[in-house]
Amino acid sequence: MARSGQPISEAAPLSGRLPTFLGNPGPSAFHRLNPLTKLVLATVTAVAAVVLGGIVGPAVLLLIAVAIPAAGAGVLGRLLRTSLLLSLPIAISALLVNLFFFPGGRDVLFQIGPITATREGLVFALEILARILAISGGITLFYLTTSPQALVTDLERRGVSPRLAFVASASVQTVPAMVERASTIVAAQRARGLDTEGGVVRRLRGLVPIVAPVIMGSIAEVEERSMALEARGFTRPGRRTLLWAPADTPVQRLARWLLIFCLAGLIVARSAGVLGPLP
Amino acid sequence: MLRLESVSYRYAGAERASLRDIDLRLEYGEVLGVVGASEAGKTTLCLVASGLAPRAIRGTLTGRLLIDGIDVAGQRMHELTALVGVCFQDPATQLSGVNATVFEEVAFGPMNLGLPVEEVVERTTDSLAALRIGHLSERDPARLSGGQMQLVAIGGLLAMRPAHLVLDEPTAQLDPAGTSLVADALARLASGGSSILIAEQKTDLLARICDRVVALDHGGLRLSGQSRAVLADPSLQALGVEEPSIVRLRRLASEAGEDPARLEEEAP
Repeated sequence: MARSGQPISEAAPLSGRLPTFLGNPGPSAFHRLNPLTKLVLATVTAVAAVVLGGIVGPAVLLLIAVAIPAAGAGVLGRLLRTSLLLSLPIAISALLVNLFFFPGGRDVLFQIGPITATREGLVFALEILARILAISGGITLFYLTTSPQALVTDLERRGVSPRLAFVASASVQTVPAMVERASTIVAAQRARGLDTEGGVVRRLRGLVPIVAPVIMGSIAEVEERSMALEARGFTRPGRRTLLWAPADTPVQRLARWLLIFCLAGLIVARSAGVLGPLP
Repeated sequence: MLRLESVSYRYAGAERASLRDIDLRLEYGEVLGVVGASEAGKTTLCLVASGLAPRAIRGTLTGRLLIDGIDVAGQRMHELTALVGVCFQDPATQLSGVNATVFEEVAFGPMNLGLPVEEVVERTTDSLAALRIGHLSERDPARLSGGQMQLVAIGGLLAMRPAHLVLDEPTAQLDPAGTSLVADALARLASGGSSILIAEQKTDLLARICDRVVALDHGGLRLSGQSRAVLADPSLQALGVEEPSIVRLRRLASEAGEDPARLEEEAP
């Protein structure tokens, strides 16, 4: 397996003994893009979808910047599942509220009792839906093709404080540990007769003896973890050694700046009225 | 040599000292066991001996921690890492939680020290080899068994190349298989001349690897001497410490009118 990370030549010459499995970014060319490139792409997609508005703009973005790269990376199925799950609650509420209660809606589509669904409301709801899908799709694609460690390593190489980078990475990676802890505590409390099933009130009441141990346990763990970090020299001032960092190329640097300039141009064009609203 | 000289330690907000007037020394190449009931002061002793108390835990220290005759009171924690390394009970909290492979997890400490890549790789490879966990290099540390995780934590410690190791009940949260994995690795380190202070409830492990053992009770030193003598001391059980299996067998043999020396002769 080829390593796609690159040596940190400014820190030290790379050892020939460095294991080849370090910094393996994933199977596809999109996976191998620098995390910052993917982050810029996701951010520009999300902001451009909002700035463009309408349905066509976000839909084109969704196709070009999300669906095609996701298909190339082999994560289209997972992307659809994840981003739909993420956006479904907001999408449903936006659809219902705007379809039936859009102010100034005149063109009636159908009626349910006293409530009237209007065409204007439906169009507005679809516009919101298109934006939400473009935003959640861009973010999900980034998440599915970038490891937190790769992002953090890349940021650290670019001069971000190791402590800040550690906090960002540890926060993301602590979530599964907390979920596991919570499920252990739920099992333990249920074994002692706690009722966590039934009506909403009963379930909410059942949460109390679970939340406290999860939070207290996590706080106690933080103390021991911070001691272990101290003992491993984490508080030493100065730069850490990095063994690898995600590859970056002049083409990617250029592409990032181009994306940012395009977005800035789009914002200016929309603000100045040069670019009118798209359908 | 690591030495505690008339050391007492009281945690911030506590009414009583958790350690009282402790005099202790750990020579190079020596394995020193610490036994005692819960709350006897074993963990506090490990925290003080490693320099974490009072640097990372608020409290009042009286007396001195000397390493090679030098009082390290003025040194910061990252400056002590080459002198003494410490490992705690819970393997999960020993790991940084941010590394995707065991190799990077073990390399985490040397990387923090800003060492050249060549040296980081050499130290990491040596640590993995010393604990015979090189085959785990590519694995995700979060998906290891408890025993394997603890070995990775100890590996991370060894990669700092500390002159002394302080281990606070390294097998306390492990199942028998994990305990055996860690005990074997510690036995190899001990026979390899490492200088280790180990607090442990499992006296069988101490009987196997320690040169000397001390017993703590309510923060004070009660027994101190050669491993075999202290672990066979009849007063040990009154201190809440279980006797090692071999001592128990000898005692039972004596009580049954058999010659305990035959146990040694017939041992495999």
